[in-house]
Amino acid sequence: MAVAAALALAPALRVAPRDLATETEALLGVAGWAAQFAPGVALEFPDGVLLEVSGSLKLFGGLESLLGRLRRGLAEMGWSSVLAGAPTPRAAFWLALVGKQKFIGSLAELEPVLAALPLEVLRCNDEALAAFEAIGVRTLGELRALPREGIARRFGQGPLAELDRALGRLSDPRNFFVPPARFGAALSLPAEVTQAEALLFAARRLIIQLAGFLAARSGGVQRFVLSLRHRDKAATEIAIGLVAPSRDAEHFILLLRERLFNFTLAEPVREISLRADDVVPLAGHNLGLRFEQGKPPGQWEHLVERLRARLGADAVYGLVLRAEHRPEHAVFAGELDSKQLHLDFGERPFWLLDRPKRIAEIGAVPHHKGPLELLAGPERIESGWWDGDDVARDYFVARTQSEALVWIYREWRGEGGWYLHGVFA
Amino acid sequence: MANMPISFAVLLDRPDIWRGQVLSRAGTPTISCGFPGLDAELPGRGWPAGALTEILPAHEGIGELRLLGPALAGLSKRGLRLVWIAPPHLPYAPALAAAGIDVANLVIVRTASPKETLWAAEQALASNACGAVLAWPQGAKYAELRRLQIAAEGGRAPAFLFRVPEAASESSPAPLRIALGTSDGGLAVRVLKRRGAPLAQPILLPSMPPAVRGKNNHVDRHPAAPAAARDFSARLVHA
Repeated sequence: MAVAAALALAPALRVAPRDLATETEALLGVAGWAAQFAPGVALEFPDGVLLEVSGSLKLFGGLESLLGRLRRGLAEMGWSSVLAGAPTPRAAFWLALVGKQKFIGSLAELEPVLAALPLEVLRCNDEALAAFEAIGVRTLGELRALPREGIARRFGQGPLAELDRALGRLSDPRNFFVPPARFGAALSLPAEVTQAEALLFAARRLIIQLAGFLAARSGGVQRFVLSLRHRDKAATEIAIGLVAPSRDAEHFILLLRERLFNFTLAEPVREISLRADDVVPLAGHNLGLRFEQGKPPGQWEHLVERLRARLGADAVYGLVLRAEHRPEHAVFAGELDSKQLHLDFGERPFWLLDRPKRIAEIGAVPHHKGPLELLAGPERIESGWWDGDDVARDYFVARTQSEALVWIYREWRGEGGWYLHGVFA
Repeated sequence: MANMPISFAVLLDRPDIWRGQVLSRAGTPTISCGFPGLDAELPGRGWPAGALTEILPAHEGIGELRLLGPALAGLSKRGLRLVWIAPPHLPYAPALAAAGIDVANLVIVRTASPKETLWAAEQALASNACGAVLAWPQGAKYAELRRLQIAAEGGRAPAFLFRVPEAASESSPAPLRIALGTSDGGLAVRVLKRRGAPLAQPILLPSMPPAVRGKNNHVDRHPAAPAAARDFSARLVHA
């Protein structure tokens, strides 16, 4: 239909030029995702993906279950799809092309089904189609009924060879699709988005695609980057790092949600893209033989990633012991699961104040919420001349009037005085 | 249904029904708290796993962490993570190591607001990937605590919430609530709420850290003048 005719019928129509490059990119994306379901994936440009599923049916629990997964995944990525199956790739593609969601198991059943298909599936040029129309041939069945030599002379070997391939009489070798080493996918948004949280919906599509891509390669990623393209400003990049490689789409989405939760956009977003460069091998999960009671134990790495995504990377840390006499230097915030030294420090409180707090001395007695009663001490700690944080202190365990135990010291350097440094909780 | 004979004894056998005098045989697993006197008074003889335990110390420094020491030490030695969410001070690793806790399994989570604290606690409990969760929520409301209790249910981690003593007068969804005070220089543990008969008498636990209680150091009951303090046998540490 001509654009003018279409506009006459529907004046509100929005006409957009066809973008073949984006279409191809989308097709490659779908192929990369679909490779998780079949060992052989071939492309039928511009709109078909062929999967050789006979070897995968058992793994995915039968045809229906596999189709369910394909449909769900494609819908989650935002594609509408027609799924069809046949013993030959050509026939399967034709069925899908005319919108017949049929699954044909044998070549014998295939012939009558193909006979009913319109000639358009051959995708020959308009001239040839008009010529077929003129001689009253509209379906593949009618084409097959005509003498082969006549058709070959008039239309070339093309249409007949196609038909023979579809019926399995000619071999139909395909180049299998090889997924790229890295993942990259983009999605332009139908309208500019101003709310960071609203991006999640669009990003979800790309993440589903990423998860499928990783599953196809039996790999995982430890880092992926969502970049947001604006009209004027440079793109905003949101990098999500993981403690351990993963390909769990739900987990990725959760991390992204936490990150976007308190993220303010510099400018409205027109397009988003997802990138993951380093794909590392990642084995699948083994299910346990025994059913365990209660909630299944969760993944520790996932928890850490979720907390870090929302609270910041340095909000979650471990403690590392160090052979140091000065109490504030004996431990530092470090990596989780750090190797620990086995050290013996004397009596130490469970809480250490972030910095020693000056307390009063009244009548030669240290006061903290009333006079303190010294219970044990002193423990002299004199150390640190080499780094400028030189201390000379006498530590005591003291009891407050309300019977709390505190750790205090008397400073021998500088102006001296008493300090509260810890609490024996 | 109406014709079905229901045995009263069968009904009483259900783990979610308890009678006045009997402590519930907890349907949930527990972790021994390491103090036999206290264990005996807790349903299931220990801290409940997969449930909230509220700890309300009268004030800081009376032994609120020492109370948990043995249980935390046991969990950390089994390689389970102890997650501390928004602690009021730095948990001092040398003291924790001395209490038998494997410091490698300690994880500190810092939060910027009470809301984040509750969120992080809920994530930690819901993940069921921790050995124990310790959290210091501030001004938590009943509904927020209820969320935490639901997140904890069915999990393996005991969840300890440290709250101000004033919270004792508010109702709480935590099945176990403990108030801590001092008495005769010891730690007085009052069980405010448990699954079972209420406990009238506080349980007394020794409150002194080991070195102060015995070992070598001089213990002086009177406020010491610094002059006297200087006479104590100093343990000199020179770098």
